[in-house]
Amino acid sequence: MAHEETGSPPLLAVEDLNIAFVHPGGETAITRDVSFTVGAGERVGVVGESGCGKTVTGLSLLGLLPKRTARVRGRILFQGEDLLTMSPRALRRRRGRDISMIFQEPMSALDPVFTVGEQLTETLRAHYPVRRKEARERAIAALEEVGIPSPHLRIDDYPYQFSGGMRQRVMIAMALICRPKLVIADEPTTALDVTVQAQIIDLLCELSDTTGTALLFITHDLGVVAETCSRLLTMYAGEVVESAPVDTVLRRPAHPYSSGLLRSLPGLSERGGRLPSIPGRVPAPSEMPAGCRFQARCPHAADGCEQGQPLRQLDRARLARCWRSAELTLPGAVTP
Amino acid sequence: MNASLTPRPSTQAAGVRADRVRVHFPTRAGTVKAVDDVSFDIRPGETFGLIGESGSGKTTLGRALAGLQPLTDGRLFYDGREPASLNRAERRRQRRDHQIIFQDPHAALNPRMTIAQSVMEPLDILGDGDRASRRRVADEALERVGLAPQIGRRYPHELSGGQKQRVNIARTLTLRPRFIVCDEVVAALDVSIRGAILNLFADLQDEFGITYAFITHDISVVSHVSDRVGVLYLGRLMEQGPAAAVCEQPLHPYTQALLSAEPLPLPSDQRDHRRRIRLQGEIPSPLNPPSGCPFRTRCPRAEARCAEQVPEWREVAPDHRVACHFAGPA
Repeated sequence: MAHEETGSPPLLAVEDLNIAFVHPGGETAITRDVSFTVGAGERVGVVGESGCGKTVTGLSLLGLLPKRTARVRGRILFQGEDLLTMSPRALRRRRGRDISMIFQEPMSALDPVFTVGEQLTETLRAHYPVRRKEARERAIAALEEVGIPSPHLRIDDYPYQFSGGMRQRVMIAMALICRPKLVIADEPTTALDVTVQAQIIDLLCELSDTTGTALLFITHDLGVVAETCSRLLTMYAGEVVESAPVDTVLRRPAHPYSSGLLRSLPGLSERGGRLPSIPGRVPAPSEMPAGCRFQARCPHAADGCEQGQPLRQLDRARLARCWRSAELTLPGAVTP
Repeated sequence: MNASLTPRPSTQAAGVRADRVRVHFPTRAGTVKAVDDVSFDIRPGETFGLIGESGSGKTTLGRALAGLQPLTDGRLFYDGREPASLNRAERRRQRRDHQIIFQDPHAALNPRMTIAQSVMEPLDILGDGDRASRRRVADEALERVGLAPQIGRRYPHELSGGQKQRVNIARTLTLRPRFIVCDEVVAALDVSIRGAILNLFADLQDEFGITYAFITHDISVVSHVSDRVGVLYLGRLMEQGPAAAVCEQPLHPYTQALLSAEPLPLPSDQRDHRRRIRLQGEIPSPLNPPSGCPFRTRCPRAEARCAEQVPEWREVAPDHRVACHFAGPA
């Protein structure tokens, strides 16, 4: 982890994040004791099946969960300050300027009745005292930076006049216009075609390299993580089950769930042969088993898995929530 | 006819041939050529993969293959015969033989019907056998796709995505189809369970001798399940051939770009030697496709000739066809 090597504190440190949704019948826990860090400029991928709590975790970092129904406990330290105890006003000052977000579906994240220029300058002017003219110039520069041709003309277009890939570029321009320290990208390429996805991935990596922006990349696609990130967090049933450098996980995953996800990728099996899969499904939040939450689907479950599983430190850079990690040799995407 | 789920001998699998098929949609802004002059054949008992990005016409072509979309021009042959030449009884038989399974397993099920009702519905419509025998076939089909018959009492919202897609497969199976169009059937499912559903398709093919047209945008899926593949771009076939040849030694620049764009879960030191082809821009509007070769506006090998001449659909190796003036290894 980058921050450990440099000795400086991480950009983002999430500690024991417990998110629950409150309803008339009580409370349903969505995540349990989620802890992780993101170093300055680091790119961290978050993977897991649908229903594992990836998106909810991402939204909670920006305080975007509904106040009435979501109960968020724990600490979200951004540059040492806890975002959860911060005043709404102070949080608003950081949101969009220091931390921003890219959503999966650019059409629903952009406002259809304002031009992209108006939306870009709104973000900028909300945080900095810039004049209208200068804001417009900065917005044109931001569109140019994300590879939109003739930005001085396109700035006055409405979102519907852009294609899917171009809209996602606009979203990226908007997320980066204030030069944030951290961008949370929730499935930013899932709605795009594969050739366009490749362009957007390249763009995100390039911009993160040049501006030093850290990325928290939420995706279900392990291929995308391998191409963009240096560290991988695997989430299962509301918990972080593994945290390790991407290359390490691809060779030697330490948690059976990470291994199962990797083995399920069809590109890794012999053409026409049997495809591995993970039997069963993610347990519903209301019916979480005691002990290891993955045990019912795990090919390596044994006596002892019914015990609660802490996230154990395996070596300097690796954590896994499985007491058998040390004795198991789990297959990854490639042979080591 | 008695309803049952007994396998047919695999020799009865259907062969499908598309001959210069066109499907055009007139709109106020002009004609959308969703499928334009596409020819290929699907051999009995094989899986024919159709790869394409959004706007390539793959879903329209799938609907045409399933008999749900009238052709603007061209002909489709099933077992060598055109639907128009069939009499009423034969056509009825053929409708039952040809089925389609859709992408969104939830949208394909009526939320107000129990699973058993949904699975029995095709047989109810055809009036096969009595109610008890239809129920038996439905249970058998559910069991065959790996679901307990008790699930029949439940409603779609109580099931997971994978279970719902199994229900859709079971419903199709009750008709004992010979040819199934699978339109993005695993796209809505988590990676962790895709394998199980794809294995199920393969098993059913072995057991019942079904021919598949497998439509997807996912190269790793199509490359894994298909015997032969066709690559679509803007309503036209760019390349077609055996899966191994097309996915490992693609000859068309578009196929090459598509394959190299697929993000691979490989460690950084094993990825660098891969040749990366990055396409500029996106697929043009089908309302106003480029002249000549439709891919030329994004093609790294395009020359003046590509704007003037539509490339010939030529066979460059046995059963390996390509539409490109400059086709060749990357």
